[in-house]
Amino acid sequence: MNSTARLSKADRKFHIINNSFLAIAFALVSLPIVYIISSSFSSPDAVISGKVWLWPVDFSLEGYKAVFENSQILTGYANTIFYTVTGTIINIFMTIFAAYPLSRKDFNGRNLFMFLFTFTMIFNGGIIPNYLLMRDLGILNTRWVMIIPGAIGVYNVIITRTYYQTQISTEILDAARIDGCSDFRFMFHIVIPLSKAITAVIALFYAVQHWNAFFQAFIYLSKQELFPLQIILRDILVLNSIDASLIDDPELMAAKQGLADLLKYSLIIVASLPIWCVYPFVQKFFVKGVMIGAIKG
Amino acid sequence: MGESKFPERQLPKKNMTLSNIKKNYQLYIIILLPLIWLVVFRYYPMYGAQIAFKKYSSSKGIWGSTWVGLKNFNRFFSSYQFSRVLTNTLVISFYQLLAGFPIPIILALSLNSTLKNRYKKLVQFTTYMPHFISTVVLVGLVLQFLSPRVGVMNMIFGVLGWEKMDFMAKPELFKSIYVWTGVWQNAGWGTIIYMATLAGIDPQLHEAAIIDGASRFQRIRFIDIPGIIPTAVILLIINTGRVMNIGFEKVFLMQNDLNISSSEIISTYVYKVGLASSMADFSYATAIGLFRAMINLLLIILVNQIAKKLSKTSLW
Repeated sequence: MNSTARLSKADRKFHIINNSFLAIAFALVSLPIVYIISSSFSSPDAVISGKVWLWPVDFSLEGYKAVFENSQILTGYANTIFYTVTGTIINIFMTIFAAYPLSRKDFNGRNLFMFLFTFTMIFNGGIIPNYLLMRDLGILNTRWVMIIPGAIGVYNVIITRTYYQTQISTEILDAARIDGCSDFRFMFHIVIPLSKAITAVIALFYAVQHWNAFFQAFIYLSKQELFPLQIILRDILVLNSIDASLIDDPELMAAKQGLADLLKYSLIIVASLPIWCVYPFVQKFFVKGVMIGAIKG
Repeated sequence: MGESKFPERQLPKKNMTLSNIKKNYQLYIIILLPLIWLVVFRYYPMYGAQIAFKKYSSSKGIWGSTWVGLKNFNRFFSSYQFSRVLTNTLVISFYQLLAGFPIPIILALSLNSTLKNRYKKLVQFTTYMPHFISTVVLVGLVLQFLSPRVGVMNMIFGVLGWEKMDFMAKPELFKSIYVWTGVWQNAGWGTIIYMATLAGIDPQLHEAAIIDGASRFQRIRFIDIPGIIPTAVILLIINTGRVMNIGFEKVFLMQNDLNISSSEIISTYVYKVGLASSMADFSYATAIGLFRAMINLLLIILVNQIAKKLSKTSLW
């Protein structure tokens, strides 16, 4: 298959068309990203006058300087890191605690519990009853509201359970049992160490989710100092673009506006950077997660 | 037969369950915390949804508020917003399904056919990436690209000599922008499942076809496509079951006063009536949300029945 010389005429034509199609797909996805990266490294003037296409013009780090001088952004960044780290640790434990018993065929009530979990994927109380619950629990406007209500993602429980069912053989359990191993010990000393791959998958899914979380913060938080990055991003990226038309002092605003536009590009990069940095190394885990999800447990 | 000789068989069923529970009591301790969480954060709000049938007052609480029957639902059905938000929800969903469903399939078939392995990896790597961009960043990006002032789209229009346009202010463009940016973000990620299915096709089929002189295109038509149809059908059915389920975030972030006639969907409307309004009406908003959730539930059950009949594969 490695030599194109062996291909028939029709196949050669096919491969030219096919590879061009992929090239188009590649360009459609990558060009916007390249454009943002280039813009973020250009000067404010170059950005608003439309000189930037695929390469930085008047290379400058002003946009990044503006991002890191903005205290709101820094607080948001710190908050997001906190929510992501604490949230993900709690997620992992809660998910494993739910998934392991559900993976055991000899666990009485397994089907009932499984149903209780999966039912919440297709039906929920709605945002108002949820809001009332947070209010009554007294966790509105606290850091808890970003961590506890989303402590378990049912999809992740399902893939973890499927993984345990297919990877941890009952023979190991029987052998451990004979040696007098309790279920606690078995879970902590055998199941968890043997399934690092699935733990990595769900940790990544949860971490990305926390990093990108907007909805909970938007509904449940109103204190500035608790805002995660995504809320700050919305203020700057989304709301500002409507306000921009209201500015009617062109001379004074031109310079500021240029910087504001530049800052948006740099901010997009800074906000997505952590994910894009780890992405090349963990891509295969994400893919694995989707594949396990496709197996019916 | 011989089974009845086992002593367990003669025990009453109840005792067997009990001894099993005793033996596995640690499993119940392990799952206790997740179960408590489930009841509090997932089932209690369902209990709270009863305020849809009540006139909720904070002082009386969920249980103490007075029943009003279907008043809140009727109010929604007879309001002028009803047909608007329902139509927008359904149109956006079906548009998304129509555009978003075939593209990952085509992309996967194409990726699977290319002979250049590294090229394939590069395209996969790149097209998966937008999936990890947050909704806020994606919408920020879209607004920036389409901005009438500095947007690259209008710069291209300028180069072509076309008139500049404020895309986000046009209600008739909202749905297309929503759907196609979604395709941009998720088409690559959507190929994973098809790539896995394609990798599972017996290579002997391809070898035999090559010997019979089939071209690559013929092999796609007669081997690859039939191979992924079962997966595609299941995904199509699942997605159809979710038509009422478009997420709140992206639509809400893309909304503005000028495109609202085309962009107000059920979930954004619930938010506005229930939380954003100065005269927040919890009961009314809950009723609208519950209406959506019920339709969703019915659709999923229906769709699952169809899946069972058609392919003997179902969600449960």
